[in-house]
Amino acid sequence: MEAFFDYLGRYWEFITQRDSDGDLIYNILGAFWVNIQLTLWSGLLALVLGTVVVAMRISPIASLRAVATAYTNIFRDIPLTVVILMMWLVVWTQLGVTFGGKMITDFFVLAVIGLGLYHGSFMAEALRSGVNTVPLGQAEAARAIGLTFMQSARMVVLPQAFRGAVAPIGNTLIALIKNTTVASVGAVSTETSSTMAGMIEFGPQFIFLIFLTFALGYVAIVIPVGTLSTYLSRKLAVKR
Amino acid sequence: MTQTDVPAGAETVVALRDVQKWFGDLHVLKDINLSVERGEVVVVIGPSGSGKSTLCRTINRLEPIDSGTIEVAGEPLPAEGKDLAMLRAEVGMVFQSFNLFAHKTILDNVTLGPIKVRKTDKVTAREEALQLLDRVGIRSQADKLPAELSGGQQQRAAIARALAMHPKLMLFDEPTSALDPEMINEVLDVMTDLAQSGMTMIVVTHEMGFARRVADRVVFMSDGEIMEEATPEEFFTNPVTDRAKDFLAKILQH
Ligand SMILES: Nc1ncnc2c1ncn2[C@@H]1O[C@H](COP(=O)(O)OP(=O)(O)OP(=O)(O)O)[C@@H](O)[C@H]1O
Ligand SMILES: [Mg+2]
Repeated sequence: MEAFFDYLGRYWEFITQRDSDGDLIYNILGAFWVNIQLTLWSGLLALVLGTVVVAMRISPIASLRAVATAYTNIFRDIPLTVVILMMWLVVWTQLGVTFGGKMITDFFVLAVIGLGLYHGSFMAEALRSGVNTVPLGQAEAARAIGLTFMQSARMVVLPQAFRGAVAPIGNTLIALIKNTTVASVGAVSTETSSTMAGMIEFGPQFIFLIFLTFALGYVAIVIPVGTLSTYLSRKLAVKR
Repeated sequence: MTQTDVPAGAETVVALRDVQKWFGDLHVLKDINLSVERGEVVVVIGPSGSGKSTLCRTINRLEPIDSGTIEVAGEPLPAEGKDLAMLRAEVGMVFQSFNLFAHKTILDNVTLGPIKVRKTDKVTAREEALQLLDRVGIRSQADKLPAELSGGQQQRAAIARALAMHPKLMLFDEPTSALDPEMINEVLDVMTDLAQSGMTMIVVTHEMGFARRVADRVVFMSDGEIMEEATPEEFFTNPVTDRAKDFLAKILQH
């Protein structure tokens, strides 16, 4: 028992080491904060993209439907690692797209865009399942009183689609939270999985505790999101 | 409600000429010619699958046609777009399955069109909506959601929603078919009042009592064709075609 507490004590010393400037060498909370920020920005982007794409998929214009379907299929089928690597190696390195000079900002923004594009396709699918909960007759009734397609989408179909898609949107968000760790392959070195890899390299004797730390960190983030999504999906469900 | 007397032939509200419509290989509307004058109530009857719903839906272009012309108030139906939306606002439609917007209160269902399409200000739209809900007898339900109302109340709300647009014409596609028997009359009563107020109406229904009492003209369809067109008196006492006789024999049995 004593030996175990001793071991925990040494792990605590390991994770609270500071460099000569007094900064934490392994900034675990800071790393989680990076992933949370990646989640928030790319989640927002994915939700906006998903909404636009699902509106295109139900639109009366065939070419818009085709573009939306193509987007959904492409980003749903490419592995996320490939998308993120392409953002870094193709968009940044080859095409030279930058965002304001600092490399760390570029990598962050590119990771957000990659994560957003990828999860946008899942958001679109989640929203489409929501659209399917809205009886077709309501869209017809909307057209019958003279609403245009855009008005009917905005005021009748999509509000109900969102409320009917809370659970799948929540699932996509949870997948996104965990998938933000893939940003490490896009040179976002301050996020959790990069931090974890560094810790394992220099503290292999703590490997189990290191995994446990990060696993529990994600569990602590995901549980409230899951609970909230379950609660909201009940509360917001449209009575039919 | 006041009775408005409209001289016969004063104004044609709907005119269909040589209308043809296919669903793939299925010829659902065959050479349809029909015109409806202002203030007229036309009841469309016929066996299941004869094209009654399709006929209704072509009039506000929820279904496009393959050939022929349809005019509403003297204007041919515009193609998809803003003009079509404006035309649809002039044609009220009531569906078998009510189709109220499930996430909006009854009042908001009724005011949505006036506010967004007609650009009526909110206060006026609300006042008018409440008057209409009063007229169809469900003013006390204004703040409820559709799911909280009975079928009959929902259908009356749907009628109020259509009337709020001040339509030139009302289309009813089997408005009472989804209702429990005890609720059919409350909806038919609202429709009867509406007919007496001078509204131009096309009504697809199996309610023969309503057709006899309210219709100016009965149109009998079978297999996509208009087989007979007559006053209710003529049609019910002296159907000409065998199909109409068959149909009436079946429907009047119960
Ligand atoms: N969207 C569609 N695609 C293909 N076929 C259709 C479509 N809508 C209707 N039909 C077919 O067209 C024919 C006419 O249908 P319609 O709904 O107009 O008949 P109806 O007279 O209203 O019948 P009911 O009394 O059952 O409502 C039917 O054979 C039907 O199966
Ligand atoms: Mg029908």
